[in-house]
Amino acid sequence: MNLTVNGVERDLDSPPLTSLLTALREELGITGPKAGCQQGGCGTCTVLVDGEPRRSCLLPLAHVEGAAVTTVEGLGTPARLSPVQAAFHQEYGSQCGFCTPGFLVATHALLEHKPSPTRADIETALSGHVCRCTGYVKILAAVEAAIQGEAA
Amino acid sequence: MARPDVEILTPSSPASATQAFGDGAGITVLAGGTIVMPELTSARLRPERVLLLARSGLDRIERSGGAVTIGAGVRVAALEALDEPLATAARHVGDPEVRAQATLGGNLCAPPGAETPRGDLQAPLLALGARARSTGAGGERTEPLEDFVADSRRRLLLDISYEPPDAAGYAAVRRPHSHHYTILAVAAARTKGELRVAVTGAGPHAVRLRAVERSGNPDDALKDVDPQDDALASAWYRKRVLPKLVARALEGVR
Repeated sequence: MNLTVNGVERDLDSPPLTSLLTALREELGITGPKAGCQQGGCGTCTVLVDGEPRRSCLLPLAHVEGAAVTTVEGLGTPARLSPVQAAFHQEYGSQCGFCTPGFLVATHALLEHKPSPTRADIETALSGHVCRCTGYVKILAAVEAAIQGEAA
Repeated sequence: MARPDVEILTPSSPASATQAFGDGAGITVLAGGTIVMPELTSARLRPERVLLLARSGLDRIERSGGAVTIGAGVRVAALEALDEPLATAARHVGDPEVRAQATLGGNLCAPPGAETPRGDLQAPLLALGARARSTGAGGERTEPLEDFVADSRRRLLLDISYEPPDAAGYAAVRRPHSHHYTILAVAAARTKGELRVAVTGAGPHAVRLRAVERSGNPDDALKDVDPQDDALASAWYRKRVLPKLVARALEGVR
């Protein structure tokens, strides 16, 4: 079962009904996507599948054979943050950090599709992502900063 | 985790999906995965055979002779661009990521949740007078969706069809979070002079409010349903809110 993860082709042994989330974390050791509710309700496991944001906990491996998967690790590096990561860092868009991988990936996808989204577009795109630190004001400020290209 | 010996069926056409489903005995159908995957991951469900529909070609939307036919594997996100009241109801399901994975068939066929109603798309499609084409024991059959949702066990839904309405309305109890379950929602549509009104959340599956259809009086809603207490809301609350929602939905079809 082949998959490209963050640009690297991987051969997986996990059974086909394993969730993509479990395979990423437990077989490949890629722990950016978090195992939050594991029923699609929290958004912290969101990854890009062929460029589209998807809940990795809801996807069986069988459905992503041959796909290109990007996790939060694939957006940037600590030395070279992506524009969205830099904006979240600058605007304190992360508190405990558990929800952050999902917010970063979903925001990245939103801005890829729509570089100048309205506030309503942002709220809809992120509506499935839960921050239990309730840091939504700073998260939205970070997204606005990323749109403006303010963070370096 | 799934059983190590689970048999996985991956049909590549509607015909092979029908054949693989057979009479449905012992088969778990997995389409978008939004309902089944959590059950598998948590091992609440340990099926012997799983039918994966993702590549079965049941994901087409067709318009011909004035009718719209929607394959069971069409994603909920794609329904947002179709007719009302279906489009609005589709936008009320989950969030954009979940809607991009979830399918029409899963939403219509999932058994009622242990503590909460499911099937938000049943009421709008009942209001549209939709018909369901399914397969299973005894072969293929097409019937009013109303009959199908009353007992869809061991049936594989193939598609749904309806005629676009002349007017439609929708009203739901909303909570400020995208992942709330629907407490109560009412859909209404007028097609070729016929008014249909249906409710989700007043029982294990959606039903038509025939007394309201005849009288146009929202207070008649409780003649067709007897809402129960569940984890989301009390029967007391639902009985008081239902006529208000009916009145709002009917505003769209006046």
